[in-house]
Amino acid sequence: MQTEPLIVNIGPQHPSTHGVFRLKLSLDGERILDADMVVGYLHRSMEKLAEERSYTQNIPFTDRTDYLAAMTGNLAYCLAVEKLLGVEPPPRAQWLRVIMAELQRIASHAMAIGTFINDCGAWQTPLMYMFREREKILDLFEMACGARLTTNYMRIGGVSRDIPAEFMPRATALVKELPDRIREYEGMGLGNEIVVARARGIGVLTAEQAINSSVTGPMLRGSGVAWDIRKADPYAAYDKVQFDIPVGTAGDCYDRFLVRLEELRQSTRILEQALEALPEGPVNLDLPLAIRPPVGESYGRIESPRGELGFYIISDGGPSPYRFHIRAPSLINLTSLKEMSVGLTVADAIVVLGSVDIVVGELDR
Amino acid sequence: MEHLLAEWYDIRDLGNAVGHFLTWVDDRGGPSWLPYFVSGIIGVVAILLWAVLSQLGFVWIERRLIGRIQVRLGPNRVGPFGLLQPLADALKVLTKEMITPANVDRLLFWGAPAVVVMPALVVFAVLPFGEHMQLTDLSVGLLFVIAVGSVNSLIVFTAGWSSSNKYSLLGAMRTIAMLISYELIQVLALLAVAVYTNTMRMGGVVAWQDHYNVWLIFLQPLPVFAYALAGAVEINRTPTDIAEAESEIVAGYHTEYGGIRWGMFQVAEYIAGFAIAAIVATVYLGGWTLFGLEEWVPGWLIFLGKVYTYFFLFIWLRGTLPRLRIDQLMGFAWKYLLPLMLVNILVSGFEVLIWQEKDLSAGVVLPIFAIVNAGLTVAMMVGWARVMGHTGSIGEPRRAQLISDVGGVYYEPLPGGRA
Repeated sequence: MQTEPLIVNIGPQHPSTHGVFRLKLSLDGERILDADMVVGYLHRSMEKLAEERSYTQNIPFTDRTDYLAAMTGNLAYCLAVEKLLGVEPPPRAQWLRVIMAELQRIASHAMAIGTFINDCGAWQTPLMYMFREREKILDLFEMACGARLTTNYMRIGGVSRDIPAEFMPRATALVKELPDRIREYEGMGLGNEIVVARARGIGVLTAEQAINSSVTGPMLRGSGVAWDIRKADPYAAYDKVQFDIPVGTAGDCYDRFLVRLEELRQSTRILEQALEALPEGPVNLDLPLAIRPPVGESYGRIESPRGELGFYIISDGGPSPYRFHIRAPSLINLTSLKEMSVGLTVADAIVVLGSVDIVVGELDR
Repeated sequence: MEHLLAEWYDIRDLGNAVGHFLTWVDDRGGPSWLPYFVSGIIGVVAILLWAVLSQLGFVWIERRLIGRIQVRLGPNRVGPFGLLQPLADALKVLTKEMITPANVDRLLFWGAPAVVVMPALVVFAVLPFGEHMQLTDLSVGLLFVIAVGSVNSLIVFTAGWSSSNKYSLLGAMRTIAMLISYELIQVLALLAVAVYTNTMRMGGVVAWQDHYNVWLIFLQPLPVFAYALAGAVEINRTPTDIAEAESEIVAGYHTEYGGIRWGMFQVAEYIAGFAIAAIVATVYLGGWTLFGLEEWVPGWLIFLGKVYTYFFLFIWLRGTLPRLRIDQLMGFAWKYLLPLMLVNILVSGFEVLIWQEKDLSAGVVLPIFAIVNAGLTVAMMVGWARVMGHTGSIGEPRRAQLISDVGGVYYEPLPGGRA
């Protein structure tokens, strides 16, 4: 009998694509023969727009690329410009950056874990639990900079302002509470046979495949490669804190899930040390708002919750960058989606997509 | 009228009042079919009213409970405690536009939501709400509920097929696949009941449990579990809402439906849920009896209590569990439940045979059977799972490895300052 594959578009409008991402699946019944990803539905031309704006004006763009991790976006860009200028922020700013980045990592991973279990078919419950802690973190951000999502907190040469007096008690209380909460999440996710049945052995990405397709972040670590820029190329004050890198063994969706859960714990550990070690002093270098870096190029990279977030900037000596490029982990991690999902079923493809943890704002920029 | 047992105001069985009314109608001297006609109308209206009111109530209860489960409040704005929320929802659904997409099979697309509530409602015709509160006591009640229940899946398939949408098509395919797997389990579960009670009459099943003063859940633990799961599959609720898996195929078979057409599917799902709960309550939980308490408490209250308690389980599961994949769910039916159910029927048959051939007293033999069947169920479930290769634990790893534990680092740290 003559048959032909059924082409199904998952997205751009779909509950599980986390935004406007389109996945074109060729199906034989439920089995995936081919997966084709179509990106660009949220393209806002940020890289080109940034060439017309001053270096300081570009910081808000970095909030809006990865809108679930604005702090780390700010940080990566500021690092790149600081490298170009050859300046080093004061110690208090360095530690504040670590605190904010780790809080952001917890908030972002909480979302990632919640939506992942949601993609496994749970009816919003894990996500609502995750929102509870994320909400407290966003409150802290609001205290520090007045905004919850698009923080615009980091500045070239430090951070925009010092934290208010009530920040520290609230942050310390949150950090005390977090280990209990993380145990709760583990009880919810790890002991659940359905999550295990849905995620284990699904979407396997071997270490070799992961390295070949430049996958970074929890996905790379889930495949068993212990690569973490916070250790490999320390920035801010990460060389002064003790923490561990979790790695997976099989490289499947379940391992990525485990790695993210463990990173919540490690981030809590970093936060404990950072809140303790936070020195007094100025929080920025008071650089002028309009700067003209010397001619040259720089690449600033950090370990964002999703992987290696890099900003490549070329300066021609003018007030705005000559070239402004973002190495977005969401996009590069997603390139291995086809390798992971061909041969699985539609339901698995959604779980795999959930385990990649994309943010479409960063995917398309 | 043999219905007449007590005074009309005896609300322990609402059948009394109806019986008196029918006698009154008969005494007026109309045609002889009139009392039957009137009693039918009364029954149908009562079931419809009950179903709609229960549904409105449970929409509120479900939303509030799921809210509690999800550490939020749930609807609390419309009316006191948000009690009018279901009405607001209903109004919204009624006033929304019903869009008919291009290229759909119009007749089927229009027809499916129009008839989807019917099978779920018809099931209640044979279920006894009280001793005389039953629309009709069919002699093949058990067969009837299975037959009518599967019609529901066919309508769902029609909706998915006619929508001319690929998500709907996938949902429709999944519905049929699951129908085939789990109808079999349902039949086997109810067959075991028929073996024991020697009747297919719903009233007879309840009377049997009342007579021997034991619920069939104690004698038949495995079929209860199997039927509960098969029922959950049939009504598309998490963890088995595979046919309308939101995160995978948007809304499955009703993706293209809007307005009251979508509302009809929603109503049908709820009422089918009540139907499953009512069948379980009738067949396995003693129906309107409660070990003699029905002499004082109205039997229909006992029955409704059982139905609602069971429906609460559905809500709880929905708030707790993720979804299984379709091959896992169907594998469970064919590889796991089917052999166990066949063994269960064999064992039940032998038990009944021994009981009748040796003419033993029920007081002695039923407790023994209960213990034997419970032990056998546990042994079979665990044993067969071991045979199938499940170890009972979810296996390793339970936590990600840490680099400090592993000891090895896979990368070379970069020479500093490679900017």
